[in-house]
Amino acid sequence: MIKVVHYINQFYGGIGGEEKADIRPEVREGVVGPGMALKAALGNDAEIVATVICGDSYFNENLETATSEILEMIKKYSPDLFIAGPAFNAGRYGVACGSICKSVQENLGIPVLTAMYIENPGADMFKKDMYVVSTANAATGMRQAIPAMAKLAMKLSKNEAIGSPSEEGYIARGIRKNIFRPDRGSKRAVNMLVAKLRGEAFETEYPMPDFDRVAPNQPVHDISKATIALVTSGGIVPKGNPDRIESSSASKYGKYDIEGVMDLTEATYETAHGGYDPVYANIDSDRVLPVDVLRDMEKEGLIGKLHRYFYTTVGNGTSVANSKKFAAEFAQELLADGVQAVILTST
Amino acid sequence: MVKEIERVGIPVVHICTVVPISLTVGANRIVPAIAIPHPLGNPVKTMEEEKQLRREIVLKSLKALQTEVHGQTVFDK
Repeated sequence: MIKVVHYINQFYGGIGGEEKADIRPEVREGVVGPGMALKAALGNDAEIVATVICGDSYFNENLETATSEILEMIKKYSPDLFIAGPAFNAGRYGVACGSICKSVQENLGIPVLTAMYIENPGADMFKKDMYVVSTANAATGMRQAIPAMAKLAMKLSKNEAIGSPSEEGYIARGIRKNIFRPDRGSKRAVNMLVAKLRGEAFETEYPMPDFDRVAPNQPVHDISKATIALVTSGGIVPKGNPDRIESSSASKYGKYDIEGVMDLTEATYETAHGGYDPVYANIDSDRVLPVDVLRDMEKEGLIGKLHRYFYTTVGNGTSVANSKKFAAEFAQELLADGVQAVILTST
Repeated sequence: MVKEIERVGIPVVHICTVVPISLTVGANRIVPAIAIPHPLGNPVKTMEEEKQLRREIVLKSLKALQTEVHGQTVFDK
């Protein structure tokens, strides 16, 4: 019998939503939440002996201590296999799944597996360290995710050969393997070219790695004369969310005039973000968008000027493509308005 | 968003709680924040203490904006 320990967050653990995201790790015997379906999919050769549950914010605010606390909990069950998630497009959950898997792999030397959406920041962070099953971006993909996870997990624990990412459904790890093909490279290349010219489907044998890095700009020389703009992914909006920015998977951003606004108050601003407990930001939005202290610094002459507009969106399951598009657009405006530096805050 | 702002030539500092995410995304100047639901505040403190805390983080960000960096840099001191 293969002993499995499963990790899930406070939401899938049935403890609560964002208001419970700060709970510390706890362990329960047997299956909880998605563990039920996972247990069925794993079959009779494996048993989920325990489930560790932790709040997403607690984990991410205490990466090191949370990881070691959880590792100790897992160790007690001396499992043969460790599975975390699926995390879909929940960023903090994905980071938690990947961090714990990595630690279990290094410290306990057993096979580990997690699953998430390819745009989850946890995927880029950990895909090279472990098998990350590729899932849909939301929990509606649970039915597809579970069997794929179970299948790969069993293969790993039985030490069977693992196929390519597309065969097994995991996110490419950047590992290259030498294999023999019936046709020579030159023939395959010509076939690919012909398919391309005909407009037919073809698959490259070497996808270009995505190295989208932007070099840092020169620093600001005289900050006391500079115009500084505020941008946030924390969803701060004027009270009532006039442009109805979505609480998750935002399709738009807002641009708001803060001329004469000295302080963001409970009566005037709030957050539209659905991915963190909004209580603190709703009481005082300066906790996310520091308008009050920048006004003080403006008065004291520490900075030249706080830009008249701030830009905001909700960074909660929002696609990379949308975020890029929003910022590419308003960055041009910032440039045209003579903004010399940006402070971007994220929750 | 950080990268798109940097791409047009404007220096940008990212204030965030989960620094590894910011590093993965590709921010160059990073200032760690306090907590996910209140990156620039701490509700257990008084309003005055909180504002002071926020001021310190913003001052650190201004320092980051005035510092030449050659790669991803976390300003955690």
